[in-house]
Amino acid sequence: MEQYSSKVMEHFAQPHNVGEIENADGVGTVGNPVCGDVMRLYIKVENNVITDAKFKTFGCGAAIATSSMVTDLVKGKTLDEALKISNAAVAEALGGLPKVKMHCSVLAEEALKSALDDYYKKQGKPSPVTISPDAGHEHEME
Amino acid sequence: MRRVYLDHAATTPVHPKVLEAMLPYFTVKFGNPSNLHDIGREAKNAVEEARAKMGTLIGARADEVFFTASGAESNNFAIKGLAQANSQKGKHIIVSQIEHFSILHPVKTLEKAGFTVTYLPTDKQGLVSPDDVARAITKETVLVSIMHANNEIGTIEPIEEIGRITKEKGVLFHTDAVATTGWIPVDVKAMGVDALSFSGHQFYGPKGAAGLFVRKGVRIKPQIEGGIQEDGRRSGTENVPAIVGLGKAAEIAAAEITNRVAYLTPLRDRLQKGLVEKIDHLVINGHPAKRLPNNLNISLWFVEGESMLLFLNMQGISVSSGSACTSRSLKSSHVLTCIGTDAAVANGTLLLSLGMGNTAEDIDYVIETLPPIVQRLREMSPLYEDMIKKEKAK
Repeated sequence: MEQYSSKVMEHFAQPHNVGEIENADGVGTVGNPVCGDVMRLYIKVENNVITDAKFKTFGCGAAIATSSMVTDLVKGKTLDEALKISNAAVAEALGGLPKVKMHCSVLAEEALKSALDDYYKKQGKPSPVTISPDAGHEHEME
Repeated sequence: MRRVYLDHAATTPVHPKVLEAMLPYFTVKFGNPSNLHDIGREAKNAVEEARAKMGTLIGARADEVFFTASGAESNNFAIKGLAQANSQKGKHIIVSQIEHFSILHPVKTLEKAGFTVTYLPTDKQGLVSPDDVARAITKETVLVSIMHANNEIGTIEPIEEIGRITKEKGVLFHTDAVATTGWIPVDVKAMGVDALSFSGHQFYGPKGAAGLFVRKGVRIKPQIEGGIQEDGRRSGTENVPAIVGLGKAAEIAAAEITNRVAYLTPLRDRLQKGLVEKIDHLVINGHPAKRLPNNLNISLWFVEGESMLLFLNMQGISVSSGSACTSRSLKSSHVLTCIGTDAAVANGTLLLSLGMGNTAEDIDYVIETLPPIVQRLREMSPLYEDMIKKEKAK
């Protein structure tokens, strides 16, 4: 396997924003333990700005590093800006990912979108989020 | 920082006496064994001496031992060579589902070429049933190949029983003994096998020297042609230094084998006991008793294997992971799937394989180091959080 970048190892060894947010405004869980990754992302929103983000992840080095990075990237962003964060941006911020691990960055993007979708639904607002059919498929397991 | 190597199933270091035996064959005794002059004869004699030592370790005659470059080559040679040379008898092959890919892939190739293959399941501890083998044999069966012990979960298969069945039914029997040779006694006569694969770097020999035992009188089709080496069975100039090293490793193993089992079994049991005591939601894979003395394969709920492996590596401990994430295919181990390991926990698998260089202090260091890593990752895991909440709700 290709090696991880030093940035990935940094975020894996000392991940930022690990934990839960009590009474979070949005929570998204995506992935599947059978595939090896499950990400849960919590966001706090005030005046259309994401003021806090935390995560819990079951997964490999890349899954933990992308979770750490996406929560870093999203903090302080407006909801519209957060919606535009792509998996490529997460991977790039980490100095790249091995090819076989790119799906971890996709999962990070989906976890964020799923949390945003949850936020809009809780607010009773129409959700502008398009979630891929794969997101959240862990629920099929239960 | 203490460094603890617990990945002997991947490869072993070369024994210092093995290296010492090899060195002259690079520079001074560098001859080609096919040459008739003194320098060539010297190399030829060294290869033949190694062949005799290898034969002694596995209870075979020297002229039944054929050197190859790797365990994978030996397995390819056995499967394709035996099936192709004896296909006039029939085109049916029997293997287990937990064989190494260097058995399963050649078998797939033969399947595409018109052979039919029966893939036998195992029980939950990884044992193949001899009765299943007997039932699967038909008039068309040309070859049965069941591994001596599984390289991942360490389960030791009932080879002698299967050997009696194949002998009675007149079917060729190959066993992949790459995981066992040099670690537990291997005797081709007692096992009743017609062919057996082994590999030097798995038991303190160098990489690049391995081999296949083929019982005298058994026909096998060469897979590498064009020369006279290895009695025409395997062409190519011999890797003399590596073969000399393999011979020396076999000689050391033959002398030490009882000690190896006696040293490794309690050390492995200490590791198993220590981890079981300190970590909950832990599954031990493989057979509790019929298992390689240096093998511990565990699956841990709510954590993923690669992240454990990386944290252990930061603490100087080298292990393997059976998780989907460390494999190129992103699929979890076919062995764990076969023994019925829950797919959700299969991704939290670690393979710890001990060696003669490991001490009780090394083992205690691992017992100290792994539990906090698991705890830290579990606190980060949404699956663990869900489990705790479910427990509380009860």
